[in-house]
This record gives sequence, structure tokens and C-alpha cells, in this order.
Amino acid sequence: MHKKMFIARSPRIAARMLGEEMLVMSGHDSTLFTLNPTATILWQAADGVTPLDEIVERRICSAFEVRPEDALQDAEELAENLAKHGILLIAEQPILEQPVGKLDARKPSTSLQELR
Amino acid sequence: MVIAIGGVAVRVNTTDSDFLEMLHNRYAGFVSVDGSAEFEFDVELDAPAAANPDADVRVTHDSGRWLLERGDFRAEWEPAARHGKIRQTPNPYSIDAVLRIVHTLVLAEQGGFLLHSASAIRNGKAFLFAGVSGAGKTTISRLAPSDATLLTDEISYVRQQDNRYMAYGTPFTGELAKLGENAVAPVAALYLLAQGPENRIEPVAVADAGRELLANTLFFAEDPDFVHYAFQAACDFVHHVPVRRLTFAPDARVWDLIG
Repeated sequence: MHKKMFIARSPRIAARMLGEEMLVMSGHDSTLFTLNPTATILWQAADGVTPLDEIVERRICSAFEVRPEDALQDAEELAENLAKHGILLIAEQPILEQPVGKLDARKPSTSLQELR
Repeated sequence: MVIAIGGVAVRVNTTDSDFLEMLHNRYAGFVSVDGSAEFEFDVELDAPAAANPDADVRVTHDSGRWLLERGDFRAEWEPAARHGKIRQTPNPYSIDAVLRIVHTLVLAEQGGFLLHSASAIRNGKAFLFAGVSGAGKTTISRLAPSDATLLTDEISYVRQQDNRYMAYGTPFTGELAKLGENAVAPVAALYLLAQGPENRIEPVAVADAGRELLANTLFFAEDPDFVHYAFQAACDFVHHVPVRRLTFAPDARVWDLIG
């Protein structure tokens, strides 16, 4: 059986919609990311309690012509990628509390990366 | 002596008369005469020695105290106590770097920032000209007409006050090596500089404006709160201030488009 995935916005991220683009900046190392439309949907829907398959069904399949199983697979890969960059938290259980720990001090930068 | 930049006065205490004289010369026009200050730094001078002012800056925060370090200085600062100390050799560059860092930290919490940009006042309005090294900050400053007041050719000082963004003059110089005027005016526009065969102004998408503003913002602190402040300040700014691309040929006619 396919395991449920839950996603939550990392509290270490500053985010803002500018025009039609979602910009997020890591509080960890100040890297700036621009989210693509699908990543933006995930970010906005990442409440920690709605399973990813429901988000995909409601928000992605309705917006894009894509098969649900393909969309879910893509969304899982994207969520894992966003989690690797510290943008999302992912878990197999609902994420009720978003831990805020002391961050490592790293050299800041304003390099741009696009998550597409 | 008290050095007041952007309306933020910093007292610098030193017992070395030569160093004090050098500071008076370095910050002429930004020395406050009324003597009151928001923060105070004691400067301890080491014997002159080889140091690398191009070394990486490290700015860290712990238990209410900032630690500012580079190859040529070490400073501690407790904002709550309004006091800090700087250990450096007798040169003007170290304390200049400390002041820049302190001002970025003070501004960040108020929605302001220091920006890699030239700035000038014309017809009562301030215009910022941002760009990386070589984009034309010095050139546009050199081309400024006589009715323009140059605030800086290198580092602009932007504060949010009364729901407006104000640009202040700074003594932080670039290639012109000329202090800005100690003046202030509301920011009318931010121009992103590019050099080209003709003068023209083009719109910039708000997300591009935000990215470029962040790329040109002076940013030192290794602290998540200050990352957040800097990010939100840039986003707020591009929502409230027109941001345009200014392509210019290196002649004075570009200023016909400004003001």
C-alpha cells in the first residue's frame, strides 16, 4: 500500500508572492529560490495535515491535464526536493508542530536557484 | 566624536588623537555637533600590522551580543546596552566596515537596508541606481548634473519612515572616493543599471525587482531573523517603490530621463 505523505512549510523559510512568482528565502543560509507553479501550489497547500494525494487531486489534477498517479509521483519527488532544500517538511504522519531549532551559522549568500 | 549616518548617531571613543583626527577627516559632513548618540563604541588600537581587509566578514549573534570579525578587526556590540568595542589597527577601513555592519543590523529591524547603489536627490526626490561592480554606479554619479545632490556613489542608505522610503547620504564611497552629501529625500524610484548604446527606461517585473534588490542588498548577519527581515524589507520595497531598468550610454543626457 502506498504510504501517505504529509507536507508542511518549514518555519525557517521566509516566503512572499511577488507578482505571479513565489520567492522563498532560506533562513538557514539565505539562499533565494523561485518556486515553479507546481511547487507554489505545494507550498501554499502544505498545512501539515492534508495528505499529499489529496492536495494533488484537489489542486494539481484540477489545474493541469495530468493522470493522478503520474501527478502524485511527480509531486512526491518535488516535495522531497523541496525538503532537501529545507523549504518543506515531509512526514508519513500529520505534522502538527513545526519545530524551530537553532540554526547552524553559515556564510550568507544571495545566490539564486530555480526549482523547476 | 559622534558619527551620524541616516539619522543614527554612533559615538566613537578613542584616546588616540591621530586616529581621532583621521576619523574627523574621513567622516567630515557626518560628524554630529549635538553630541548625543544611540550607540557607543570604544576603539582599542593595536600596533599597525599587516591585515587583510578583503577577508570574509563574519557576523554572529549570541545572547544579545553581536560579534563582528574580519581579518583586520574584531568588534563586539550589545544593542540593548547601546555599547560595543572595536579592536583594530589604526586605519579608516576597519571602522568603516564596522559602521556598515552596525547600520545594516539597525536598519533591518526597521524595514530598511543598505544597498549597493549610487543615489542622488533631484527636484526633492531621491533616485537609486543599483548594480554590481561595473554596472555604472560610478559613471552615473560622475554624469550627475549640477542640480543633483549626490548621496553616494556606492552604498545607499534606505530607511522606512512614516510609510515612505527615505534615502540618506552616506560617507561610504566607491571609485569616486567622494563622500556623499549628508541629505535626505523620499525615494521616487530604483533604477537597475545596464550600459547600452542608448538611454532608455523599461519596466521590471516585480519578482525580478525583488530578486535584483536582494542581490544588491548588503547582508552580513548569519541569523535567521535577519534573513527574514532582509527578505521582507526587499519585498515591501518593490511593492511600494517603482523599480525600472535604466540602460544608458555614458553621457550626461541620461539625466534628462531622471527627475
